[in-house]
Amino acid sequence: MYIYDAFDRRLLAERVVDFRDQVSRRLSGELSEEEFKPLRLMNGVYLQLHAYMLRIAIPYGTLSTLQLRKLAEIARKYDRGYGHFTTRQNIQFHWIKLAELPDAMAELAAVGMHGMQTSGNNVRNITTDQWAGVAPDEIEDPRIWAELIRQHVTLHPEFSFMPRKFKIAVGASHHDRAALRIHDMALRLHRNAAGEAGFEVMVGGGLGRTPYLAQTIKPLLPKRDVLSYVEAVLRTYNQFGRRDNIWKARIKILVHDLGAEAFAKEVEAEWQSIRDGALALEPAMVADIAGRFRYPNYATLDDGPPELAAARRGDRAFDVWLSNCVTNHKMLGYAIATLSLKPEGGTPGDCTAAQMDKLADLADRYSFGEVRVGHEQNLALPHVAQRDLPALWRELGAIGLARTNVNLVSDIISCPGLDYCSLANARSIPIAQEITRRFHDLDRQRNLGRLHINISGCINACGHHHVGHIGILGVEKNGEEFYQITLGGKADENATLGTLIGPAVPYAQVADVVEDIAAAYLDLRDKPNELFIDTVKRVGIEPFRERVYAAR
Amino acid sequence: MPLVENGQIVQDRYTYVGDEEPIPERVPVIVPAQRFLAEADALIRRDGSLGVGWPNDRRIGELAPWLGHLALVALKFPKFRDGRAYSQARLLRETYRFRGTLRATGDVLRDQFHFLIRAGFDSFEVKKPADAHAFAEAANRYSVVYQPSADGRTPALRRRVTATATESADAIDTAKR
Repeated sequence: MYIYDAFDRRLLAERVVDFRDQVSRRLSGELSEEEFKPLRLMNGVYLQLHAYMLRIAIPYGTLSTLQLRKLAEIARKYDRGYGHFTTRQNIQFHWIKLAELPDAMAELAAVGMHGMQTSGNNVRNITTDQWAGVAPDEIEDPRIWAELIRQHVTLHPEFSFMPRKFKIAVGASHHDRAALRIHDMALRLHRNAAGEAGFEVMVGGGLGRTPYLAQTIKPLLPKRDVLSYVEAVLRTYNQFGRRDNIWKARIKILVHDLGAEAFAKEVEAEWQSIRDGALALEPAMVADIAGRFRYPNYATLDDGPPELAAARRGDRAFDVWLSNCVTNHKMLGYAIATLSLKPEGGTPGDCTAAQMDKLADLADRYSFGEVRVGHEQNLALPHVAQRDLPALWRELGAIGLARTNVNLVSDIISCPGLDYCSLANARSIPIAQEITRRFHDLDRQRNLGRLHINISGCINACGHHHVGHIGILGVEKNGEEFYQITLGGKADENATLGTLIGPAVPYAQVADVVEDIAAAYLDLRDKPNELFIDTVKRVGIEPFRERVYAAR
Repeated sequence: MPLVENGQIVQDRYTYVGDEEPIPERVPVIVPAQRFLAEADALIRRDGSLGVGWPNDRRIGELAPWLGHLALVALKFPKFRDGRAYSQARLLRETYRFRGTLRATGDVLRDQFHFLIRAGFDSFEVKKPADAHAFAEAANRYSVVYQPSADGRTPALRRRVTATATESADAIDTAKR
């Protein structure tokens, strides 16, 4: 947990004053909607199909219970009693009134939260591994670096009007849980053979109309240089990124057009001229930021306490939840519990104010007052004593947050789609809902094993369909909703873009197609524990294509 | 279109001259980039302050050899959301150490002032009179900055590690109340 100091609080308060003034000028007509648009976007305010939407950043996915309770209050007071967690560690409220937005923002600022740079052509919320600080395989806490970068790019005088949005992710583990390679820029903290730590720098990733995976342009950037290197990349992009065509304005197109090598050379020249200047990080600066992160005062415990073993033997449902939703922690005797926001027939990522409040109480009792938000649109309690897991599970069950489907076929990532979004061509949420109903039987889901479905309602790919094991993309054909299906995508350390299996199918057939693909996988896998994604890799998409289109 | 310098609305001393027009002697002029580059040797020997209007899609480094002879560089914001000139401004100030007047022209509105000043601009052709009158208020809206830039303000990261009794985070909080 990063604790805001007086500087952070003051800047946020001043930002609210600034936005309040902008809103009042809009309401008085002094600003046209066209002039207001970039200003509201810089504060996370979108105009959607039915109302204004406010997107609030949850930097590096870490929430205090104070903040979670505030989100519940915002949901109740200004919205319709729920919020929607996105694929980029943000929460969205879809029904806010323009005139009330400044008040909502002032309330958020009081708990160190904001919507700054959650939209617009600037550097967006910096994301990381949702298990940062507790993952056993990380080399250090990536949030310290994410926070340094967050501060550096906030209200940046040079990079607030770039060609397009710019998304940065930071990771520090071998296993990539932050989808690094689909970001405009990604930084992976690692050690080389000599044991020196530094960042692998990747640029030019992104999904949307022209998907690319980010390419490495610097294998080991010294940690002291991280801000100057980010500055050099952004400066190169800001000057030379295309601005004539919105579909070609992301950095991925610049990197692709120039070639990664030429792009890297341009960055290198700029970086050499600034790296020893004011952006070179001094150890005291890094230590100061690191010192503002609060870590739990863990008890000395052992792994596998007897209470846990007894509960597993005594209750199969608990045992299944444990094996699907609970993960190893770096501290002995502790665990990370993932809470599925994917109920059968529900909207992926939605959470009610009542759930938020009750979850805050549980986090205070069982997780040192901390909650995490991941890009899969689920939540996690990051510091649960293993002996408390049975009690926690019962209490989570009472508020509908002990669903067992984490990483299974019904744990679907989806954008809001045509139900809310003015950019969408097709509905996403009802597709997700129908799939969860088809696969409601948990044993059937467990038999299918790890299987990620990602749904986007348009080519902007907010549901990351290109990197879903099964990707579903809504398109519009002659006024009707059709869906393209891709297979074999993944967003981890072996990131791959999925392959289109054939012609788009109509809305009513999507769930049938997913069932056909699942059935084909069961026939094709060479052993029960060969994962879906590994079967696709081994046999290719052809056998799936045959199965899906044989009857259509 | 009002011109703001030193926080005040002022009369523009400069005259813009086009590509074909004769250049008047002994008055400050702003010459388009193309013409400046073609006639630079003669222009820098001329009597009178010399400014150049530079487009935002041409490398600002090309101007580097001439900066010592220029009293003013005018950069362009063809649209509010086209921010290329922010990079050009910082390069001029921080990399090429340009100390003359740096003027923002084009779609220059109130909500850019904070960014423009921080990027090193000190002269502003403001599109709307009301925005020009609100300059001082808009320019002083933020007392905390997170990054070093051309305006020389000390970012929070450094203020935190060099905080003295008069400038500790707590003192900031107290001052705010």
